[in-house]
Amino acid sequence: MALKSAMAVTGAILVLFLIAHMYGNLLVFGGREAFDDYSHHLRELGEPMLPHGGFLWIMRVVLLASVLVHAYAAVALWRRAARARPAGQRYAVRRSAQSPARRYATQTMRWGGIIIVLFVVYHLLHLTTNHIAPGGASNSPYERVVNGFSIWWVVLSYTVAVLVIGYHLWHGIWSALATLGANRASRERALRTISTAIATIITVGFLIPPFSVLFGLVS
Amino acid sequence: MNITLRVWRQRSSGDEGRMVTYQVEDVSPDMSFLEMLDVLNEKLTLAGEEPIAFDHDCREGICGACGVVIDGVAHGPETTTTCQLHMRSFDDGDTITVEPWRAKAFPVVKDLVVDRSSFDRIIQAGGYISAPTGSAPDAHATPVPKADADRAFDAATCIGCGACVAACPNASGMLFTAAKVTHLGSVPQGQPERDARVVQMLNQHDEEEFGGCTNIGECAAVCPKGIPLDTISQLNRDLLGSLATGSAE
Repeated sequence: MALKSAMAVTGAILVLFLIAHMYGNLLVFGGREAFDDYSHHLRELGEPMLPHGGFLWIMRVVLLASVLVHAYAAVALWRRAARARPAGQRYAVRRSAQSPARRYATQTMRWGGIIIVLFVVYHLLHLTTNHIAPGGASNSPYERVVNGFSIWWVVLSYTVAVLVIGYHLWHGIWSALATLGANRASRERALRTISTAIATIITVGFLIPPFSVLFGLVS
Repeated sequence: MNITLRVWRQRSSGDEGRMVTYQVEDVSPDMSFLEMLDVLNEKLTLAGEEPIAFDHDCREGICGACGVVIDGVAHGPETTTTCQLHMRSFDDGDTITVEPWRAKAFPVVKDLVVDRSSFDRIIQAGGYISAPTGSAPDAHATPVPKADADRAFDAATCIGCGACVAACPNASGMLFTAAKVTHLGSVPQGQPERDARVVQMLNQHDEEEFGGCTNIGECAAVCPKGIPLDTISQLNRDLLGSLATGSAE
């Protein structure tokens, strides 16, 4: 239970981060100056109360801690599930009583989470540190985005990752709300709709910029 | 109807167990699933073979004894108990796979029979109220709002069959535990032990090595009594409240 609550709270922190991140991404439509300014301002946020980049570092620490707690809880629950139905006691035939899409979302939570972590590492190396620079390195965040997403396979890998995140959130947001006790019979439909809506908005919001670059709407 | 049955056969808890195929002929569509197994068992007995062991008792859908997994779904294709499932839900010539509940907390005793006493121990840990003995109190001595009474009754319809555990990808017994917590926590008689109940029952649930709940919802989808999924949220609310006040100790 403590595990589930930890999972729900850290998950919520990460969802809030994703929403802020999505807002930043969409500024790509404001042009090079708006996008680069936003990126620069993130480092100045909180000054002079905080040192240069201070806010960003606080956020990074919180996010990293959230990811670690989230993953720890997930692994603990995964192991408990494996113990509760050990190998050799599995069903020969297994069918879900729920819709295939929902079943797919719940079944991919664990492996999906691992894929997301791997993607985030690649994503940071690409757009934050620029160690991986498909299409050419640059000091301008705007140029990094445009250079990278002009290449089809960069967009493809990004799309796959965002879809995995979307599925993860579809079940994850609902699950977090239920874990924190928000679910009541009269609200279940509403909570499911809310989690579907947030997951869809985040998925679409993250997919718009790379495809706009790919199709030349942003250059 | 002619049916091909693939049934899990296991001589004892120590035996490894295996799927065995049987042909069952002249099945009436109006037979219940258990009656079809009865017919097969009579044939097996006459042939000098060991009949298939399966749990059953009331055969009217209220005792919760007859749990088996049919074609990968707890209690089979209809949302009801196995005794209330009829052969008309299948087609002539179908191959039907029958397996016992699969969970470490429900060890197989023989064939399709599992030991569900882990559920009893969860009840013993907190699924009770303290009431003075003596003559029965007046029916209206403690008024209960209609909505609360209905909710308590909905949760109280749980027959402890274990389909929730069987269907859960994590083999969690959370819906069962939540049904009991909701049932007793919705009425005035259950309030004195409310905070302690949820903690004790959950501790026992974990000790029995049921898996953790991840809100997948398979449990409520197969529950023959329609225990609502939101009872699990009620359990979580009770637990968070109990931990916040520290009154569980």
